[in-house]
Amino acid sequence: MTDKREPRDGYAEGLLDLGRDHDDVFVLDGDCATPNYTARFQEAHPDRFFNIGIAECDIVGTAAGLAAAGKVPFANAYANFLTGRGFDQVRVSVAYSERKVVIVGHNAGTSAAQEGATHLPLEDVGLMRALPNMTVIVPCDAVEMRKAVHAIYNLPGPVYLRVGKLPVPVVTGPDTPFEIGKAVPLRAGSDVTILTTGCTASEALGAAELLAREGIDAEVIHLHTIKPLDAEAVLDSVRRTGCVVTIEEHSIIGALGSAVAELLGEHHPAPLERVGTRDVFGLSGTMDELFDHFGLRAANIAEAARRARARRG
Amino acid sequence: MINNAQLQELEDIARQCRRDIVRMTNKAGSGHPGGSLSAIDALVVLYFRHMNIRPEEPLWPERDMFFLSKGHCTPAYYAAMSARGYFPREELMTFRAMHTRLQGHPSNTHLPGVDSSSGSLGQGLSLANGAAMAARYDGRPSRYYVMLGDGEIQEGQVWEAAMTAAAYGLDQVCAIVDANGIQLDGTVDNVKSLGDMPAKWHAFGWHVIDIDGHNMYQVDTALEKAKRTKGKPTVIISHTIKGKGVSFMENTAKFHGLAPNPEELETALEELR
Repeated sequence: MTDKREPRDGYAEGLLDLGRDHDDVFVLDGDCATPNYTARFQEAHPDRFFNIGIAECDIVGTAAGLAAAGKVPFANAYANFLTGRGFDQVRVSVAYSERKVVIVGHNAGTSAAQEGATHLPLEDVGLMRALPNMTVIVPCDAVEMRKAVHAIYNLPGPVYLRVGKLPVPVVTGPDTPFEIGKAVPLRAGSDVTILTTGCTASEALGAAELLAREGIDAEVIHLHTIKPLDAEAVLDSVRRTGCVVTIEEHSIIGALGSAVAELLGEHHPAPLERVGTRDVFGLSGTMDELFDHFGLRAANIAEAARRARARRG
Repeated sequence: MINNAQLQELEDIARQCRRDIVRMTNKAGSGHPGGSLSAIDALVVLYFRHMNIRPEEPLWPERDMFFLSKGHCTPAYYAAMSARGYFPREELMTFRAMHTRLQGHPSNTHLPGVDSSSGSLGQGLSLANGAAMAARYDGRPSRYYVMLGDGEIQEGQVWEAAMTAAAYGLDQVCAIVDANGIQLDGTVDNVKSLGDMPAKWHAFGWHVIDIDGHNMYQVDTALEKAKRTKGKPTVIISHTIKGKGVSFMENTAKFHGLAPNPEELETALEELR
């Protein structure tokens, strides 16, 4: 459980698997093939790789053209530039046109670390989640990332996949099931529900351990698919525990925290505490320092759980 | 080589399309007649002489594709598609109506035969490049046509895509710039001049052909030349007149996005007899 790996490494493995098995898989990158590890695909399949240069809008559009001609393109760039600068292209040429394009946002969350605010995507999931037809997937570790890439190939519509750069704890194993849209139970419990997505799963599990010492039995569920959200799994857990905490390496506006708030508000109002970045831009620091700064640690999640329980009464 | 009888036939089709453009925008009470009337001649030559397509099988995988990057010119697009047999001419009168297949801007999920949704300017050339990359990998000779507006190429993505097409030597890509010199707010020169536009394309590594876009013979010859050009993409700068064929719509920004009223329609149809 303490093993750490780079999510981008699992992503590159998945791409190589697909490239070997399916000759309709194409990969595009924007002058970041080396850090995004798409260069490995380029080496294996040079005729199915295109470096579009520093041009995120054009990367998305070119991928949409490949999809229009029947290919399965993976469009890669740093997440904030791809989903921010390329938003309108994703909206019109991909999502509205119902093209099977995989939009791959790299340097997820705090993993660009010392690059600072411009390079720390904390809003990308919210942007992509707002688009009709779009499936949004945020795997928790390198092992799950590889499975996600496999599963995405068989999904008919457009997908946003969020990929982290720096090593994060591996919390799933080869046998952990992965199905798009299905929650992954990480720990059973009855006193509070902790919902996590992406690389914060280990912090969520750490929070459950802290709470266990106080006699609070926390359930931890990993939601790699932010959209469509596994509403059944969330509601089932919250009906049992009566209160919930969300934790994500993203702004609490627009992604997991918002999705869960919307779901509960409409179907089962319950005390909810959202842990994530709070309407602020990033800043330079190591990933560890940024996790501390933004309060994404097990202790912060445990504290939020106590607040949620107190509100439950 | 195109003969006189064929030229006459294309001109007859274009005249019918012009009548359809003013009728459908009048019926809808909105739409973009000006740039549609400037673009229609090139569209007719493309759809009737050059594109390898099967209107009865619009998703035929071997087809050539067309991307209307200046997506607001749906009146011309739909008129040409209908004339070519993609759907019945009567359906043109559903343009912009609730639940129509003929959305205000093109939608591939609504109307088979539209190769991509568009309407947000600047995106078409990237699409053509991607499709051409796929065709090249598959060893298909399919060609990928894009129609851009001259005002539209103020969008930066066009030049990103221009670099991509040249960098990868995508000679299956052919862009047509409908250069009518007028955009929504006035002349292109006044809003934001393109300077020496052909020189810009040339500098980006493209084969550039300048033509009179209302001369069917010149359009046809340019598209032939584009097919024979190897190793680089071709752009046809099609010099046109905004509102061409309707005296009070010609060379004015007024009818960029304004439909003719019933009296104006009558005058227009009279002139397009």
